[in-house]
Amino acid sequence: MVSGAIHSESQKKETLLGVDYGVGGVTTHLRSHEVGDDLHSETMILNMGPAHPATHGTVRIVVELSGEKIVDADVEIGYLHRGFEKMCETVDYNQVMPYTDRLNYVSPIINNVGWCLTVEKLLGIEVPKRAQYIRVIMSEISRICDHLTCMGASAMELGAFTVMLYMMEAREYLWDLVEEVTGARLTISYGRVGGLRYDLPDGFGERVLKALDGTKVHLDNSDRLLTRNRIFVDRMCDIGVISAEEAVNYSLTGPMLRASGVNYDVRKAFPYSSYEDFEFDVPLGTKGDNYDRFLVRFEEIKQSVRILEQAIKKIPTGPINIDDPHIVLEPKESVYNSIDGMINHFELVIFGVQPPKGDVYCPVEGGNGELGFYAVSDGTGKPYKVHVRGPSTIHMGILRKLLLGANLSDVIPSFGMINMIGGECDK
Amino acid sequence: MSTPTTPSATPQGAPEAQTSPGAVPSPYSAKSAPLLELLKVKFDNHLLDPRVELGDVVIGLDRTALYSTFETLKKDPSFLFDMLVDLTAVDWMDARAERFEVVYHLMSIKFLYRLRVKVLVPESDAVIDSVVPLWAGANFMERETWDMYGVVFRGHPDLRRLLLYEEFKGHPLRKDYPVQAKQPRIPLRSPEVRNTATDRVRAPLMPKELVQINSRKRNDGAAAPKN
Repeated sequence: MVSGAIHSESQKKETLLGVDYGVGGVTTHLRSHEVGDDLHSETMILNMGPAHPATHGTVRIVVELSGEKIVDADVEIGYLHRGFEKMCETVDYNQVMPYTDRLNYVSPIINNVGWCLTVEKLLGIEVPKRAQYIRVIMSEISRICDHLTCMGASAMELGAFTVMLYMMEAREYLWDLVEEVTGARLTISYGRVGGLRYDLPDGFGERVLKALDGTKVHLDNSDRLLTRNRIFVDRMCDIGVISAEEAVNYSLTGPMLRASGVNYDVRKAFPYSSYEDFEFDVPLGTKGDNYDRFLVRFEEIKQSVRILEQAIKKIPTGPINIDDPHIVLEPKESVYNSIDGMINHFELVIFGVQPPKGDVYCPVEGGNGELGFYAVSDGTGKPYKVHVRGPSTIHMGILRKLLLGANLSDVIPSFGMINMIGGECDK
Repeated sequence: MSTPTTPSATPQGAPEAQTSPGAVPSPYSAKSAPLLELLKVKFDNHLLDPRVELGDVVIGLDRTALYSTFETLKKDPSFLFDMLVDLTAVDWMDARAERFEVVYHLMSIKFLYRLRVKVLVPESDAVIDSVVPLWAGANFMERETWDMYGVVFRGHPDLRRLLLYEEFKGHPLRKDYPVQAKQPRIPLRSPEVRNTATDRVRAPLMPKELVQINSRKRNDGAAAPKN
């Protein structure tokens, strides 16, 4: 392998980043006709292919290296493209729900809520207050799961395996909660246009608080292991710096944008689903490096815990579905015992929810940033077009810029802190 | 309660509140309330049909006036649309004279305005100016729109497929691309082919003094392509 010194053609002793490496080392694999003034050296192309033990997600990064420095990088996504948008054009609005689960699969409820809000905006309806509070509770639990997964996986890739196990254990407590309410841990299909599928079980509030206590213990331990850890700080601080103007220019949102200091959170800026009833802070970073992104996610978990505690205390009673038989299925007593109930049920199942013609864009705050759905309706029961504005896709646009000039070892923390979720990135 | 009727083509079941679009106050519209008037005042000549739809401010634009209007929208201190939230296209097939409608979603971080811009693009000349010089985030979004719809973005530094592989035939989100289409088998890419990263025109992001590399020679001894 060529040593660090690189000479230019004029044999002037160049320095790499101002460091004098001294006289060049000996390379034994030269093509002999190029020895001489022009010490032949070549950049090396390394393929961090779609399957890589240190990148979680199927992404191919082809880096061109000069020693350890990355000269060029090509980021190729799309290995998990499943045709989400095309499939949505073939099914009803409620049948899109299982597809949305599989977008950002570590925080599936946020995707469900986003899609429900989009269709409800098309219809011009607002769900009952209790449904909104339940959506907030489940979204925040999902958000905590997302951040735990991101931080755990990134820490493991940097070598902190214990932290990963702590985060996974904390996530298990939360997944038990999700399973109680929805029946599944990951692909939950819990939202429905006009409300929710199930109500919360009895005593759910106490179990949430108990799970959050367990999560806090693990978070404290992880904090003690990582935030002032010399190795962690050296790997993450001042790596992958994005300034505030650049972040906005590259359409970043979520923890990536807030770590650069821009105060934009969809829950505060465009509050949806009763988020304005809750008091919480938005953590901001200062430098926009990987360490700030990590800490922003850490603090966001604590803020989500705050929201959960408030929501459980204040949750109102009432129905969880809107009272419109053309949008939500009627209870079975009415379906089997009255002609109108039977007809409404039939029409809703066969023709689906039929919003009027139009198009809407509805953003929600996902774990990674602003998750938006742009839905175009042509008046029938199937959407004419659905477009997912997935934050992960857009964040991968800045990865190349972060990697140019960085070391090869900086690929892992930078990529990990972007938190690219394959399902959301590739749709 | 509805009487039994035969299913008709008209949309059924829309609740009464929907008859006037934008009647339901939406959190997304509250902040954009002054935006419509500002837009009408600033651009009264070439905005096509500025309106509020379901709480969102929407304008149409002509293809030719696209870049200059966007530049004004981004830089003017009363708008400051510094973030391009989303860029996509809709395929209207024969429903409209011009087949594709490219839809831009803009947002101003300072004022928290949201704006939707729609530009119609005909099928025979599916070319539109790229907005990558204004918003760098448009890079991946335009690549995805090219990939899915086949709309060419003139001036894009690197317009190639994003989510699908290079050898894919067709543009899948077009309405005439069948859902169950089968793609032809492609030959295995030869390992001797130089990797995509180095053969492409490199976008000049790195200052020259940061990395000095020797004159690269390819495996067969030929000089590296001059970029």
